[in-house]
Amino acid sequence: MSKVTKEELLSVAELAMLELTDEEVEMYAQDLSAFMAYADKLNELNTDGVEPMTHALQQVNVMREDVVADVLDREEMLKGAKEHQDGEIKVPTILSE
Amino acid sequence: MTILNKTTAELQELLHNKEVSVKELTEASYARIEKTDDDVQAFISLNKEVALNRAEQLDQEPMENRGPLFGLPIGIKDNIVTKGITTTAASRMLEDFVPVYDATIVEKLNAAGMVSVGKLNLDEFAMGSTTETSVFKTTKNPWDLNRVPGGSSGGSAAAVAAGQVPFALGSDTGGSIRQPAAFCGIVGLKPTYGRVSRSGLIALAPSFDQIGPMTRTVEDNALLLQILAGLDAKDSSSSPIEVPNYKAALTGDIKGLKIGVPTEYLGEGVSEEAKTATLEALKVLESLGAIVEEVSLPHSEYALPAYYFITSAEASSVLARYDGVHYGYRSENAKNLDEIYRKSRAEAFGPDVKRRILLGTYTLGAGHYDDVYKKSQRARMLVAQDFQNAFKKYDVLISPAAPTTAMALGAEEADIVTKYMSDILTTPINLAGVPAISVPCGFAEGLPLGLQIIGNHFDEATIYKVAHAFEQATDFHKRTPEVKEEN
Repeated sequence: MSKVTKEELLSVAELAMLELTDEEVEMYAQDLSAFMAYADKLNELNTDGVEPMTHALQQVNVMREDVVADVLDREEMLKGAKEHQDGEIKVPTILSE
Repeated sequence: MTILNKTTAELQELLHNKEVSVKELTEASYARIEKTDDDVQAFISLNKEVALNRAEQLDQEPMENRGPLFGLPIGIKDNIVTKGITTTAASRMLEDFVPVYDATIVEKLNAAGMVSVGKLNLDEFAMGSTTETSVFKTTKNPWDLNRVPGGSSGGSAAAVAAGQVPFALGSDTGGSIRQPAAFCGIVGLKPTYGRVSRSGLIALAPSFDQIGPMTRTVEDNALLLQILAGLDAKDSSSSPIEVPNYKAALTGDIKGLKIGVPTEYLGEGVSEEAKTATLEALKVLESLGAIVEEVSLPHSEYALPAYYFITSAEASSVLARYDGVHYGYRSENAKNLDEIYRKSRAEAFGPDVKRRILLGTYTLGAGHYDDVYKKSQRARMLVAQDFQNAFKKYDVLISPAAPTTAMALGAEEADIVTKYMSDILTTPINLAGVPAISVPCGFAEGLPLGLQIIGNHFDEATIYKVAHAFEQATDFHKRTPEVKEEN
């Protein structure tokens, strides 16, 4: 499988919302290239007709009664947020004029 | 020497006869931590005042209300949330995170009267196999302070081995309970996926993660799993299958029991010491009446690549929640919302976490979704089917728990793929979701080796039966480290 270029790495970092330094871009492009070479190992394997396994146990949908149960208090839950007001989390202004 | 070196049964007898109090046992745990943790560095945080108050309350509890682990100290891996007690996942991202609820299993430990003494070190977000990626401290192996304890549950394994606590909780996504248990010479079980609630476990890869008990003996392990196991409405992947009485399985009788030995698990990359100890252990089990045969798990070589691609994909998704907004670290250098996301994540995630996020995001991208991610899931199916086929014929499968003894601290591997090879014997088990234990099975140059016993889905009882029979026939579990620096 092909090498991961710096440009590809940057576009992945963009999707992953990670700001990277130039050194990090270089390092992770190399690491991902090594992993992609590893993916060639999987391509040796014939998986025709094999279903992808998405869960460790094949459980059917688990439903509960549609009733309100005990939940955490809103103010309690907001304790982890750096800034909050009137029960809502505050972030910097996102709309300009 | 500490009173905590006594067996669980002996400690319960002392409690019942009022020769020792819960408070004294809790104090004994802190005394041992104070004596050894400057060297071992197992704990990230201690909650001494709360624990001692709780111990005093527990001492008031009538004897008839007490269960088999009542009043005993336990340490909790710091990726399991504890109400009012900082839970960090050993990451800058959660350095100041104080959960507002307890994990379901923490509620269960409390209900059983156990005393949580503190939170244990791990690799950042449980990603690693040495505990060296923790941003807070480097945990040392109590058998040799120049070596790693394994990981990611390295703090848990080291604390039990050093006699700081007789019980600890770990979590295992690809070997993170079993490998440190092997390196530190203790007993560690990864239960069947779904056997123990994950509600309140900080996720790494949700279709793999499982919490499990880490202890000095097999019986202790069975008693702790008894408390942890069972259906939880807060975790829809937890199983409704009935929880058996695990202690009842510890009969010592394994006559006629069929053991399969996967040939692929004794191949390339596995050290001679690990192979020899495993073959010696099989002789012991044979002498107890078990039938030992070789078996093939033909897709084993595909397990490790499939594991890394799928778990990284899952990790990249679950770690998306750390956005600098809802909770956790927020960058002070961000000027707008977009920068809050990008800078907070850049500043607070360590290099291994970033690597897996990038690999996972890349794998899930349009160009590789089918040929890498889906392909890995198909390989996962084939690996799981290998186990199902083997369990049609065998009661358990046995292999080394780790390819080598504990590595030196700071050992650098040539490249990133080689670094992950140490997980070769443990990751297939998580792909299949089956349970497996590591029990002490020998020493090489003074360092412990572990035997891995793998069972069928929800058959922890048979694993315990075999592990207990082996333990009773050997004395590896009786040796304890002195905790001293080698020169």
